[in-house]
Amino acid sequence: MLQVLHSRLKQGYKTIDFPDAEPALPEKFLGMPEINPAKCPDKCATCLSICPVDAITQKHKHLFIDLGRCIFCGKCRDICPKQAITFTKDWKLATTKRDDLIISSHTKEKKFNPNPDIIKLFGKSLKLREVSAGGCNACEADCNVLETIGFDLGRFGIQFVASPRHADGILVTGPVPQNMKVALEKTYNAISSPKVVIAVGACAISGGIYRGNEEVNNGIHELLPVDLYIPGCPPHPITILDGLLRLIGKIKE
Amino acid sequence: MKGEKLLHKLTDKFDINFGDIPKRDNDDFREAVVASLKNKSRIGAFFGHLLANNNVDIIAILIPENKNHIEIIRTEICNSYHAITHDIPSAHLFEREIAEQWGIFPEAHPWLKPIRFHKSYRDSHNFFYDPDKTEILPSFTDFFRVEGEEIHEVAVGPVHAGIIEPGHFRFQCYGENVFHLEISLGYQHRGIEKALAGGPDKRSMHLIETAAGDTTIGHTTTYCKIIESLSNINISPKADAVRCIALELERLANHTGDLGALAADVGFLPTASYCGRLRGDLLNLTAYICGNRFGRGIVRPGGVAFDIDELTALNLSNRLLTIFKDLKNAINLMLDTASVMARFEETGKLSKNMAETLGLVGVAARACGIDTDIRKQFPTKIQTKFPFNNPPVCKTGDVYARAYQRWFEIQESMEFISKLLKEQFDGKLIEENWELQPNRLALSLVEGWRGQICHVAITDNNGKFACYKIVDPSFHNWTGLAIALRNQQISDFPLCNKSFNLSYCGHDL
Repeated sequence: MLQVLHSRLKQGYKTIDFPDAEPALPEKFLGMPEINPAKCPDKCATCLSICPVDAITQKHKHLFIDLGRCIFCGKCRDICPKQAITFTKDWKLATTKRDDLIISSHTKEKKFNPNPDIIKLFGKSLKLREVSAGGCNACEADCNVLETIGFDLGRFGIQFVASPRHADGILVTGPVPQNMKVALEKTYNAISSPKVVIAVGACAISGGIYRGNEEVNNGIHELLPVDLYIPGCPPHPITILDGLLRLIGKIKE
Repeated sequence: MKGEKLLHKLTDKFDINFGDIPKRDNDDFREAVVASLKNKSRIGAFFGHLLANNNVDIIAILIPENKNHIEIIRTEICNSYHAITHDIPSAHLFEREIAEQWGIFPEAHPWLKPIRFHKSYRDSHNFFYDPDKTEILPSFTDFFRVEGEEIHEVAVGPVHAGIIEPGHFRFQCYGENVFHLEISLGYQHRGIEKALAGGPDKRSMHLIETAAGDTTIGHTTTYCKIIESLSNINISPKADAVRCIALELERLANHTGDLGALAADVGFLPTASYCGRLRGDLLNLTAYICGNRFGRGIVRPGGVAFDIDELTALNLSNRLLTIFKDLKNAINLMLDTASVMARFEETGKLSKNMAETLGLVGVAARACGIDTDIRKQFPTKIQTKFPFNNPPVCKTGDVYARAYQRWFEIQESMEFISKLLKEQFDGKLIEENWELQPNRLALSLVEGWRGQICHVAITDNNGKFACYKIVDPSFHNWTGLAIALRNQQISDFPLCNKSFNLSYCGHDL
């Protein structure tokens, strides 16, 4: 007993101040990409062909990046001869609409359109059932970590629960293999309405690197009505936390 | 051909002309594989490769104990062959995989069922399914059943109570007591090997990074060694060092997380919460090197994409020291607590003999006293200079041994990283230009944090992958968990499961 108390004193207080203070992100962290059209050379399109997930498109000489597909590998930045694409350290990537994930050089400020109904219903308490459907255990690990003392998800009234019957919503990771489709739908149906659906990671949003494989469903976008998209491969825990807090109105601005 | 043994010395890189691997007839193949495996070698890979005539080459890569060479045995099969599982139980999942992927019937296989639940990769050869008639549903198959008045069956999953990957577990119980556990996976099947064939292309590297996302460094290093073998390029000592550091950081983070999870599963919350936090801190060290907590982007064919310069090394050293102090405190607290030890000791026990029979690898094997470690057997140049010499510390094969072995390996890795961070290594980070040679077979082995990772690639006439085989350590070890559960309380399943902590996606691919 004394040893437990002694060790508790030694380990100290470790919960981060986020969202009151800026989070500590790694120096080389790749967050929100930025496109500079002035630098983008005409008839170049090298970034389009190198992108492993075909996240970059070009319309009328304007580049668009689909964050729902992007795995933040940074290859487009590295290949660009004129440094027209850069990655900022902005961790705020989550959106409520699929289309809002597509950014271009026109994107002044990324939109987050909160749903007032969700805030009203779940603003003070949100219980989530996590379903890993083909996730590689990276998105899963970064959801798990939110429950540790470092992030202490519980202080915001959010908790991962053991049964869909206890849940207000479902959080899905992975591209949804054909072999997980039925289990995912059953879990979704076991949650009573009204309920929220959250897609975490490029795989759950669009299929990610597995997009187009006949063994998967290209994510949950066409299977379930998604309320929150959190892009990344995997998203940094701060990006996930930020998205969840915006969804329930605990981060405004 | 008969009786002749072809042993190939395995150094950092390994590839040979595919055509130079002699083809044995089916019986001779079987005899050679069984003889080798009975004589203390273990399976690296055992897989099928489709030939132009629609037959399938079955290739066995065998790793003799404590030697620095491997054995490759090959035969051509059209429809069926006599299974080796009866003689060599560790082959049982491999033979089921071959049956499922290529529609080949391993005659007299004692427990022949699908493992990933997908249609065959070979036209007009479907062993398990008629693709026009049956809808393939995961775990819709026979399960071993114990019958009796007071016997009951417990089915768990695919969706589990925690944030973990999906899998189905079927227990045959007598009261609390588990007679038998059968594990049925395949829910995570994303078609990685099929998508890699025809590559390398722009997706290949990233498919490998997510083969088992918690083992990104392990799998990417194994893949890159394949590319380097096939294109005959050498990586610099500097690149080798960065890879070795990243590999040990991955081991540290995962072992720490596992020890915390074990504490949580016996309700010892102090260590559970400290280790949960410390695991994050260790992942952040990898992120300090490359920006990503799982090491995405560090290891690339020809070397590494990120350097650890003097300043980075110094900062890493200091942060590692702080983490280690807290970690030591957290683990010792757990190991000194009698109520924790009472749950760990004698739970989920496997004998050394059983572990060898099942062909276990990595932590689970070492916890039974089997001295197997790719870092010792086939070290890279850096691992030769800074060797991992220690034998396994436990022999009891229970949850305690698997926990204590992890703590021991954490200390080993800490020491290894600290030594490397003090040194300067020369050479360029990455050799970006490479081209694969046609018609070769390449093989690489890496000791990931779960155990032995084996990749095999065969190139076609154009130097593209005709076949890419991934064997995650979990593929060897899932049966170990099933057998460890026999005669345990079903309530100890989470604890036993955590003590193995195997990958679902690494198995399902």
